[in-house]
Amino acid sequence: MPKTTYEKIWEAHTVRESAGEPTILYIDLHMIHEVTSPQAFTGLKTRGIGVRRPENTVATMDHSVPSIGRKTLPWLNELAHKQVQMLEKHCKEYGITLYDLDSLHQGIVHIIGPELGLTQPGRTIVCGDSHTSTHGAFGALAFGIGTSEVEHVLATQCLLQNRTKTMAVTITGTLPKGVYSKDIILKIINKIGVGGGTGYTLEYRGSAIEKLSMEARMTICNMSIEAGARAGLIAPDQTTVDYLAKRVKFPSDAEKEKTIAKWLSWRTDEGAAFDKEITIAGEEIEPMVTWGTNPAMSVPISGTIPTEDTEENKNACAYMGLTAGQKILGQKIDYVFIGSCTNSRIEDLRIAAKIMKGKKIAKDIIAYVVPGSQEVKAMAEKEGLRDVFTTAGCEWREPGGSMCIAMNGDIVPAGKYCASTSNRNFMGRQGKGARTFLMSPAMAAVATIEGHISDVREYI
Amino acid sequence: MTIKFNNFTSSCTPLFIDNVDTDQIIPARYLTATDKKGFGEHLFMDLRFKDDGKTRKSDFPLNNPKYRKAEILLAHENFGCGSSREHAPWALLGYGFKAVVAISFADIFRNNSLKNGLMMIELPREVVNQMHKDVEKNSSEQGSVDLGKQTFTWKGVAHSFPINGFVKKCLLEGLDDIGYTLSFAKAIEAYEKQHKTNI
Repeated sequence: MPKTTYEKIWEAHTVRESAGEPTILYIDLHMIHEVTSPQAFTGLKTRGIGVRRPENTVATMDHSVPSIGRKTLPWLNELAHKQVQMLEKHCKEYGITLYDLDSLHQGIVHIIGPELGLTQPGRTIVCGDSHTSTHGAFGALAFGIGTSEVEHVLATQCLLQNRTKTMAVTITGTLPKGVYSKDIILKIINKIGVGGGTGYTLEYRGSAIEKLSMEARMTICNMSIEAGARAGLIAPDQTTVDYLAKRVKFPSDAEKEKTIAKWLSWRTDEGAAFDKEITIAGEEIEPMVTWGTNPAMSVPISGTIPTEDTEENKNACAYMGLTAGQKILGQKIDYVFIGSCTNSRIEDLRIAAKIMKGKKIAKDIIAYVVPGSQEVKAMAEKEGLRDVFTTAGCEWREPGGSMCIAMNGDIVPAGKYCASTSNRNFMGRQGKGARTFLMSPAMAAVATIEGHISDVREYI
Repeated sequence: MTIKFNNFTSSCTPLFIDNVDTDQIIPARYLTATDKKGFGEHLFMDLRFKDDGKTRKSDFPLNNPKYRKAEILLAHENFGCGSSREHAPWALLGYGFKAVVAISFADIFRNNSLKNGLMMIELPREVVNQMHKDVEKNSSEQGSVDLGKQTFTWKGVAHSFPINGFVKKCLLEGLDDIGYTLSFAKAIEAYEKQHKTNI
């Protein structure tokens, strides 16, 4: 029977299956960070057990780390510093590889996994972070877990799981100029809603998806959770192989051939059935901008803020200081954030820099550009992208989550508007009272120059 | 962790908002603690308090004295969406809630909550909407949770709610799921012999 990528990975990682009980699913790669792991290690200590597979566990610090002053490290507070120290201590104690603040590989956990070649097709990957779905871009089954489950994986290298349903999300055709993968995923979330993917693993497919780079695919899979999905993935293909061939070490050419064939074997078979299917024409997608307080509340750049008189719309308009029926185009902004696990890869920075080259940021705009990892940062500096950003007037910062989750002190002040390439426009997400407009890096770059939300299609 | 759920009866605090995300439940700036305690005081921080972080917003239900004793949060649709932070159920439990009633829950939040014994009571839209109306009329109206029977009784009617059979067993018997998985250590070892992941 033809199978989906999801089914193939699930079956290959089933340790034990028994009617009426959850499946014991084996986890290949467990990534940990400072915020959701300390209580899990405390749990292990209480039990008097260790980490079952430290070699399958990788750690970095990315959520609460300062994005400036790596020498002085201005921690938000003592607790934030303590959290990081605890991660260092635990990694040392249990023999877990840690990419710390001195490492050339430090960065946002979902950026460094793929960079290090750890994210591979067919693997099961978990992390105590909901954006773990990012790794699905490689044809891996990757999902976010809570701290109890972090402890479960540390203790057993397994999780107790029940199968999800599968949803094929097909994007046909070709994307118009000025439309990027961020616009695709915002469009999907707008269509199915923030709870539309609950109980599903999404598989993104179709010719518009196949044409995307790995970086662009990661942006889409990253935001699967914003539709409520357990995971999101894209079947591995030549693009996946080309990306990984440079990053994975093979003992021999024969081994390389074998591994690549295995990677491609995880592709969904022709004729495999999904529980649900939706299709969107790539040609019909416009640059998207969120106007409200969840990622489904978005409109095309040519659109207006919905006039449906619902409680949710009213609350969102009140929080955002916007009026139903007004155009999103021309809306003023105060801050710009180009970064986060959604859009801080080298391709994102190249796209934004191309638009900002030779330009200055608009008056009174504060713009942060935060590369996702030390590797991205080094590459961007070598290519001259940093100079483009700093000459324009942007702040060039150190890798981490920064203004996306705003728990390191990088905040958007209350009432201020931020054009952001991150993933969540929840109330208070970028700081108490902060007002977020989610958009692609290209749209954010244009907004930086203009000082208000503008249409990138007029700039490229 | 061993957690045993005890049936209980309580009034409800209504929160008639859809898509309440975990950033609302507990803002990220309070996630720096390294234990599970103390999150209750920051529950719904920015919804409960004005900009000074001290003055209560009088129109927010948690600040209404008539709901002070409630151990059930009566929510609405897709409660708990967003981040995977387990700090969200820790905050709800820390504040004194033992169950949340809603039309639907976000996936990771539901998992995290049940691992900590915070009962997730998913009921049909019309039932939840009626409950909101009932609570508005009479804030002392009480509901009863019976995990064994998988029912939530409201105004004399027992509504059944879904829960995974294994999770139910764990919570009824105080069964530790990590202990359960470790009891299959031989199966895990056997699996690892034929499945090599070279990280």
